[in-house]
Amino acid sequence: MTFDQILFYVFSFWFIASSLAMIFSRNAAKAVLFLILSFFSAASIWILLEAEFLAITLILVYVGAVMVLFLFVIKMLNIDKSTLRAKFAGYLPLGLIVAAIIIAEMTLVLGGNQFGLDVVAAPARHAADYSNITVLAMQLYTTYVYPFELAAVLLLIAIIAAITLVHRNEASRKKQSISEQVSVQAKDRVRLVSIASPKKEAK
Amino acid sequence: MMELWQSFVGLVYELIPWFDGSIAAILIILIKAIALVMPLMLVVAYFTYAERKVIGYMQLRIGPNRVGPKGWLQPIADALKLMTKEIIFPTKANIYLFLLAPILAIAPAIAVWAVIPFDEGIYVANLDISLLYVLAIGSIGVYGIILAGWASNSKYPLLGALRSASLLVSYEIVIGFALVTVVMIAGSVNLNDIVMAQKGSIMHWYWVPLFPMMIIFFISALVETNRAPFDVVEGESEIVGGTHVEYSGMTFAVFFLAEYANMILMAVLAVIMFFGGWHSPFEGVPYMESAFAWVPGIIWLLAKTSFFMFLYLWVRATFPRFRYDQIMRLSWKVFLPWTIAWIFVVALMTQLKIGPWF
Repeated sequence: MTFDQILFYVFSFWFIASSLAMIFSRNAAKAVLFLILSFFSAASIWILLEAEFLAITLILVYVGAVMVLFLFVIKMLNIDKSTLRAKFAGYLPLGLIVAAIIIAEMTLVLGGNQFGLDVVAAPARHAADYSNITVLAMQLYTTYVYPFELAAVLLLIAIIAAITLVHRNEASRKKQSISEQVSVQAKDRVRLVSIASPKKEAK
Repeated sequence: MMELWQSFVGLVYELIPWFDGSIAAILIILIKAIALVMPLMLVVAYFTYAERKVIGYMQLRIGPNRVGPKGWLQPIADALKLMTKEIIFPTKANIYLFLLAPILAIAPAIAVWAVIPFDEGIYVANLDISLLYVLAIGSIGVYGIILAGWASNSKYPLLGALRSASLLVSYEIVIGFALVTVVMIAGSVNLNDIVMAQKGSIMHWYWVPLFPMMIIFFISALVETNRAPFDVVEGESEIVGGTHVEYSGMTFAVFFLAEYANMILMAVLAVIMFFGGWHSPFEGVPYMESAFAWVPGIIWLLAKTSFFMFLYLWVRATFPRFRYDQIMRLSWKVFLPWTIAWIFVVALMTQLKIGPWF
């Protein structure tokens, strides 16, 4: 067994273990943390495959941004577990059927017989100065430039849609004018009034 | 020096031949990591001392001067005090996450240093995508703060964590865009290559064509490291102490270490990205270049870094705290349009081959 193989099994073990722990943990925040651990394990396996750009992007995008927002939302939510559990039995048969179909599909496509060394050739080892990201960029911006730009447009549409959903009309929008705030003078805010103090009445 | 190290590496590989030298390689990396982290922790300790002294003098005080000559032993005394203090757990806190949070804060803060080049050929790892690595690992540090806020099960830490999460996510975008311009000029995401691309003279450094980006990067670095005037995450006057409220003793000290390690990292990054890394400022100047040729590059890097570290303290002593919504506005409505506009400017400059940079 080479050292790479030992690392592969260690990372795979953590990957599977953390994924299972994510599914079975009852606390949503802990589930997110286990999901982060499984992302890290997946990234480590990709680094073993010399796909370091993909691995770093996984961490940068999913762990660094998406999961932060997940945790953010989970903290804001007040999850009532009893209502979730009450519906659990009702959804169980449907869930089981869907799960069975997914497992069947995955085994057909991702089964071990699809990925043996006789089906897919072992990836060639590259020299230390081989630049993964340069090759990827050349492919993305020449051969696959149209699909790449389509994906970008798709994201743009999602952004615009999200903004439109929460956009308010001019009248009800609460807008601050920073220049107005900065240039405010004391006399705009405070009105000094001189009031004649009532004289003490002589007894 | 380098020959001595090379012969030592050879010796280790010879002594531990298991797994085709993989174990020896890990051992070498461990030795390098210790050689990096030990001085880093020392710098962090004395950075806190420098902060108290500098801010003290700026406010016409003397600062710590009791422990040891001129107060030089103050950080040691602080460390001893924090180590011997009791760690208090809030009753309703989630103990595991409560203890995991400081670890999650310090681990990325130290791990990022693996790819920082100190001189030509002096680094722990020469990663092809080291800049992306810095951004990716740097973005994990936020979990320490978020978890600290959540696991404490207390009001103010939760508020601090919410602020921190939204601030860090918005300013990461700004920092990413600002650094994209550097990558566009250097044509590489390898920190070594970025520094090598700035070779020449002080005018070859990227602070000239990317001056607005440098300012934006430094201000965003202040936000990312929760420093004044953007320290709303701690915000003593509003939310007591933010995420640190429930932490005591060593757990608190670890958060502190992580924050200062991040500050120093951001200073080093600013130097590597915009101020020519380990290149001497006298390069290309007649007579001066040869007169200062004996100075090793790491001295220049550390000197430039110290200047940026001083800027942190200077800014802290100068500006009052920003309001939370003002910080958010600064990110989304000021910095983001600026960085996007500058990406197009840099693209134009690259195409027209302006100046010595392209």
